[in-house]
Amino acid sequence: MKPINKMILKTDSRSINESFARICVSAFAAQLDPDIEELSDVKTAVSEAVTNCIVHAYPNKVGEIIIKVFIYENRTVKISIKDKGRGIEDVKKAMEPLYTTLGGERAGLGFAVMESFCDRISVKSTVGKGTTVNLTKIFASRTYENE
Amino acid sequence: MAVKISSSPMRVTVSLSGEIDHHNAAVIRMEADEAIQSKLAPNVRLDFDEVTFMDSSAIGFVLGRYRIVESYGGNVEVINLTRRQFAMMKLAGLENVVKLKTKK
Ligand SMILES: Nc1ncnc2c1ncn2[C@@H]1O[C@H](COP(=O)(O)OP(=O)(O)OP(=O)(O)O)[C@@H](O)[C@H]1O
Ligand SMILES: [Mg+2]
Repeated sequence: MKPINKMILKTDSRSINESFARICVSAFAAQLDPDIEELSDVKTAVSEAVTNCIVHAYPNKVGEIIIKVFIYENRTVKISIKDKGRGIEDVKKAMEPLYTTLGGERAGLGFAVMESFCDRISVKSTVGKGTTVNLTKIFASRTYENE
Repeated sequence: MAVKISSSPMRVTVSLSGEIDHHNAAVIRMEADEAIQSKLAPNVRLDFDEVTFMDSSAIGFVLGRYRIVESYGGNVEVINLTRRQFAMMKLAGLENVVKLKTKK
């Protein structure tokens, strides 16, 4: 299936960009006229993936985060969040709730949150090369009341 | 993003507002801990009434405060959560260690 619209955003892995990235993606997805809750789902999931690039992919440096958003006819939005950082050794384990390699104040819930707020998630990662998180969100069809 | 602190001998209330993400959590944590650790009140209340956005960083924030307050024998409650915030905190099993209260 071909997207009917797309957007690409490349930004530095600086924590100040977390809010910029999630607002940018949700503003683009807003053209499908989702409700506020659905838009919050997108915002939250993007915030998780982008934060992971900043804290895990590039732990002691600033790298690039590449976000692509595709919009499809059937009220579907696909978002990919890519870094060229450290990579994940065991993706299945990383996605388990409460699993974290950082400890401290990280809860290990980023992937669990992405899963609960999106319709589909897939993660591709190569150690030393980087990670791509693909999120799919399908907005419910809206019924409009007659005036 | 802003933090407001009020306290009585029995309780420290930390009122949060704005967006809680990884970027903002650092400052929120510093201000909250300064109040919590100087008072050592038996009850610490984290008020989410004016929080407009949160991700898992907010869950980490609550867990971190819980560990500190628990270490001196106090308890933590999180109040004025939206249903969505409440559901996220339950993902972490937070309801087993702190009292979670949703908005009226
Ligand atoms: N982009 C990434 N690059 C490298 N490692 C990653 C990346 N994203 C996630 N990880 C690894 O997967 C683990 C789980 O990620 P997840 O987001 O679920 O939890 P967390 O980031 O550790 O904690 P939280 O998201 O609750 O603050 C991380 O601890 C990290 O080891
Ligand atoms: Mg995370």
